[in-house]
Order: sequence, then structure tokens, then C-alpha cells
Amino acid sequence: MNEISTSRKTAIIEHLAASLRILAVTMIICSGAYTLMLYLAGRMFFPAEASGSLVTANGTIAGSRLVAQKFSQPGYFWPRPSAVDYNAAAAGGSNLSPASAALRKRAMETLSTFGATSNKPVPADLIAASGSGLDPHITLEAARFQAPRVARARNLPVEKIKAVIEAQSSPNTIFSGSSRLVNVLGLNIALDQSCR
Amino acid sequence: MELLSGLLLLAVPALLSWPLGKYMAFVLDTGNGQGNISGIIVGEITRKPQDWKEYAWSMLIVNILMFATVTIILAFQQVLPLNPDGKTALEASLIFNTASSFVTNTNLQHYSGEVFMSYFSQLFGLMWLQFVSAATGIACLAALSRGLGGKAMLGNFYRDFSTSTLLILLPLALILSLLLIAGGVPMTFEGAAVAKTLEGATQTIARGPVAAMIAIKQLGTNGGGYFGPNSTHPFENPSAFTNSAECMAIIIIPMASVWMFGFITGRKKDAAIIFTVMMALLIIKVFIAMNLENAPSAAFSGLPAAAGPNLEGKELRFGPGTGALWASVTTATSNGSVNCMHDSLNPLTGLVPLAGMWLNVIFGGAGVGFINMFIFIIVGVFICGMMVGRTPEYFAKKVETHEMKLALLALLVHPLLILGGTALFAATPWGASTVLNTGAHGFTEILYEFTSAAANNGSGFEGLGDNTVPWNIATGIVMLVGRYVPIILPLAIAGSLAAKKAVPETSGTLRTDTLLFGTIILGSVVFIGALLFLPVAVLGPVADHLASIMR
Repeated sequence: MNEISTSRKTAIIEHLAASLRILAVTMIICSGAYTLMLYLAGRMFFPAEASGSLVTANGTIAGSRLVAQKFSQPGYFWPRPSAVDYNAAAAGGSNLSPASAALRKRAMETLSTFGATSNKPVPADLIAASGSGLDPHITLEAARFQAPRVARARNLPVEKIKAVIEAQSSPNTIFSGSSRLVNVLGLNIALDQSCR
Repeated sequence: MELLSGLLLLAVPALLSWPLGKYMAFVLDTGNGQGNISGIIVGEITRKPQDWKEYAWSMLIVNILMFATVTIILAFQQVLPLNPDGKTALEASLIFNTASSFVTNTNLQHYSGEVFMSYFSQLFGLMWLQFVSAATGIACLAALSRGLGGKAMLGNFYRDFSTSTLLILLPLALILSLLLIAGGVPMTFEGAAVAKTLEGATQTIARGPVAAMIAIKQLGTNGGGYFGPNSTHPFENPSAFTNSAECMAIIIIPMASVWMFGFITGRKKDAAIIFTVMMALLIIKVFIAMNLENAPSAAFSGLPAAAGPNLEGKELRFGPGTGALWASVTTATSNGSVNCMHDSLNPLTGLVPLAGMWLNVIFGGAGVGFINMFIFIIVGVFICGMMVGRTPEYFAKKVETHEMKLALLALLVHPLLILGGTALFAATPWGASTVLNTGAHGFTEILYEFTSAAANNGSGFEGLGDNTVPWNIATGIVMLVGRYVPIILPLAIAGSLAAKKAVPETSGTLRTDTLLFGTIILGSVVFIGALLFLPVAVLGPVADHLASIMR
């Protein structure tokens, strides 16, 4: 009887020791070595991407090419609505049901800031908030829609603004067909540079 | 075009899953010399064959220690290193929920990563568990396969566990994370970047060692993101390219797990039939979701905006249709990462991810998806046996009362957790006061949360204010029960079958490697699922849809 309980005790200790060892080794390799290797590879081969694809303008960090920032002045293009007000330290979506009255109310407010009328409907992406609240893109149509406002604010011909838009637009995937996207921060920087 | 690109994203991993499954079976094979690696790491104990009870105990000991380790890391993150942004202590029930969530391979997140977690917690707590919880699932499937393949002993958990982590998950994660860094996912230990925007405001941009975590989050059917909004966030998923890579990574190990079962048991044709059933169910899901999500948002009807598919909660860079595709894939497997906000899917589309998690066998979690399917196979074999009036058999072993009791228990735990939890929280302020959307959609938020917890999925209708003590405790318990009961009971069945004498196959034996049997399994899955969950489907998404078209 005593013998059995002693052997069981050693068995349990053996199991615990094996478990602890296995957990320590996997943590050192998976959390330590693996991460370190990726960190070094990133620094060596993709330094810009690895540190967040930051863009500089006038010598300071102006944001990240991948992250939307808030634009509300009429002379700049505006990104899609953001449920977190473009807070890149606490991102998130609206999580509203696409059938909800709350979403309709928000959309109507957005439509009035864009000055949309039934003769001049806005492209659909401009009234729908993105999942992250940080979508850096708008559709080409959404950029063209905003061109008259930007041109007026900058006192420039619409054609010139439109030329900048076309130059900044790009297809997204090989499956995109004719649809093109525009990076809002990239477009606004290009605008500042070419239409000073 | 969209459907075509969607099918391509399923076809590529389906093709790659065959060699991967073969590789997994090879490294987990007890006969080759590879045991040296785990032997060096863990010692002699890895060479001792275990029966199902010893195997299950070893699994539980390791998992309990995983839970304890991460609880300590999360509880003391404010004093641990790698905390450049000065993250503070976490609340106790949130720690319990998060530890349960990552130990069980669920990755339900009641916190927002970039707000709450230090780099140390992310890497040494959560990401570590993303490796080892997936390894637990793969190990248990290897054990189940050995038992069903006719071996008296199920293998050795320590050996399977270390092999799965180091020789299966780690190399795949390395390849994927390098691709992701190239695609723009950050991998840095610097704190948040502070930018001066063009309009002169200040924007703080959270970043970190993101790429390391995203790779294993997708490959290990974990789903827990670095950032709050998961793979909708541009730093987790910067482009259509990374989106495709991640979407394929979600499903490849669950697909390969099926082939691994075939190779270990030596019954590749059985595996092919089950693979076909799972693939058929997945394609149906994708097709339905993509069609439903193409409908415009009901909330925008009549407003001066161009008509188009529902874009609320979606990112433009992934291209149209990919939200619905990902939603189907992530809930077929028990991954749970998202590239669009599921709460903002059209009401009926929301039914597709729910259905995936209710069934929880369409490839399912790493390893455990097939273990869940095994229960349906046993039930299918039993039903057929009853119809022809002879004792049912599976892989030449008689399936009798003892096995059927265990199988039914395993089958019923899942709906019990979902329906019981939803009823309790819908009827009390615990749930009712935490919903964001009103009416049937709010009910669906509660239903989705319990479904996701019980299925160890981890996605959510994130409008739900779920970081409360009742939610943290309830879903924590549901995740633990929903993980370990459906692993241990099938192991018990495999152990019991392994101990039986093989009966010779005759012309009267039910063949389990035929399309006919595949159809029976498909039927069992769909009918049992429908019987259990149709009533709540009507109360939630269907009522939500009807209300939206009648308004």
C-alpha cells in the first residue's frame, strides 16, 4: 500500500518536471528565439515596413502610409468615417447593425458634411465606417467626388486636382477589374507638394 | 469574379494540405528516430507509451501549468520587462477570461490588445499560448488516430506536444511572418509612434512586434489579434496580398489534420471522404455568405448615396467579397480572427458564421476539428447499424453502449453551453444591459458570444460590452468546458475501441470509405445541427432580417 503511494508520488513529480521543462523550452524558443529572429530579419531586410511604414513630410513624421488620419479641412481629401475618430492607439469599428436606425442617423450626418443631394449622391464607401476605423483608402470615385470642394478651397482648377488624384490611384489586386483605390494621406501629401 | 477568387483561396490550401498532412503524420510517427528531439528536451519520459488515461492526464497537467504561467504573466505585466508604453495592471476577471481563452485555443478577447497589453504579455503570454494550445489539439488528434488505427497505446503526449510545436507550427509561422513583414506588418520593439498630422494635430500610432503574433494566430486556429479590431487593422493586414496569405493560413492546418488522420490510421480513403464532406459544407457557406453580403445596407436605403454592397465594418484594400469569405472560413475552422466586423454583417449573413460554429466540424480547430467530426462519425455509424439491425462497427471495432454514451455526452455539451448561457444572459441584466444594438440584433450579440466561446472560436459581435465580471467568468467557464470535455471523451472512446478485439470485415460490414457514408455524415451533421439550433436562429438573425425588410 505504502509502496504504491510512493511510486505514484514519484510518477506525479516526474510528470510535473517534464511539463515544466517542456513549457520553459517552448517559451524560450517560440517567444524568445522566434521573435528575435523576426525582429532582426525585419530590421535588416524591411526596416521601413517593420517599424510601421511611417511617412515624413517637412522633416517630421506625418503619419503611417497604412493608417488613416483625421482630415476635416476643406482643402484636404477626407477619409472614410471612423467610429474611433481615427485614434490609432485604440482602433475599432462601429459594430452597428447595417439595418439599424443608429447607423442611418450617423450616415445622414456624414451625408450633410459632404453636401450630398439626390442629384449628387456620394460613393458608398464615404458613408460606411471601416472595421478598424483606420482604413487608409477611399475609392477613386470618392476622391473624384471631393475634388470640387478641394479645388475651391485651394483656389485651383478642378482639372489640376483631378490629375493628382489619377496619378495617386492604383488597382488593388489582379481581381479588382476597373475599380481603383486612393491612399488618402498619400494623396494629400502629393497635393501639398504639387499645388502649393 | 469574386466567387472565383474566393474559390482559389480555398483550392490552394486544399492542395497544399495533402503534403503538409503527410509531413505531420511523418514527424508524429512513433516509429522514426525523430523522438530524439523531444527526448533531449524533456527526457526519458517521452519514450514511455501512454494509454488514453495517462495521455489525457499529461495533457491536463501541461494545460493547467500553461494556464497558471499566463495568469502570472498577465497579473504582473506592469512590473515585467518590454513595456515601453507603460501598460498597467489588468482586472482579475479579465485575467481569468484571457488565460482561459488563450489556453483553450479560443482567443475570445474582452480587451483591446494595443490598449491593455504590454509587449511581454503579448509575446511571452498570449503568443506562446497560441503555439502550445494549437500543439495540444494536434497532439490529441494524433493520439486519437493511433487508437483508431489499431494501436493499443495512444502515444506519448509530451513527445507529440513538443513535436507539434517545434517541427510543425514553428517553421510554418516563420515562413508566414516573414511574408507578412514584407507585406507591411510591423515587427518592432519601439513604443507607439507619434505623428504630427498634415492638419497639425497629434496622432499616436500603436505598433509593436505584430508580425510574430499574426502568423501563429492564423496558423494555429487561434485568432487572437494584436490589435482590438483584429485583422481589419492595417498593421495586422496591410494589403490584399497579406489578406490572401492570412486567409489561406487560417485553413491549412485544419485541412492537413484530416489527411494526418488518414496517414496515421492508414485509412486515406476514409480521410478523403470526410475531407469532401467538410469541403462541401465550406463551399456552401462561402457561396451563401458572399451572396447575402452583396446586398446593400438596409439603413442606407433612400439616402443620397450610391448603391453597393454592405461596406460598414469593412476595409477597402481587401477587395469586395473578401469579408464574407473570411467570415465563413474563420468560423468553419475555430480560428475566429476577422477581417470585417461581424456585428455589421447584413442580418442574414450573420447566420453563416453562427452556423459554422454551431456545427464546429467544417475542418474546425487545429486537430480538434477532426476530433469533433469523429463524434459525428460514431453517431453516423450507430444510426446505420440500427437501420440494418446489427452491432455497428468502426475500423473493425464494435461500437457499443459505452462508446455511444460517451459520444452523446460529447455531442450535447456544445448546445447545452450555448443555449443555456444565452438563455441566462438574455433574461438577466448580465447580458441584456451589455448589448449595443437593439431588438433581435442585440439578442444575436449574446447568442454569438456564447456560441463563439463554446466552439472555442473567439470571434464576436463586438458591439457587446463584454468586459464585465459576469461575462468574463461565464465565458471563461464555457471555454474551458467546451475545450476539454470534447477532447477527453473522444480519447476515452478511442481508448475503449483500441482495447477491443478486431472483428473481421464481411460483406455485411458498413463501409465508411464510400460516398454513401459521406452523405450520411453530411446529413447527420446538418440535421442534428438544425434540430439543435434552428429555434435560436429564428429568434436572432432571421427575426432581425424580417424586421429590417418590414421597416
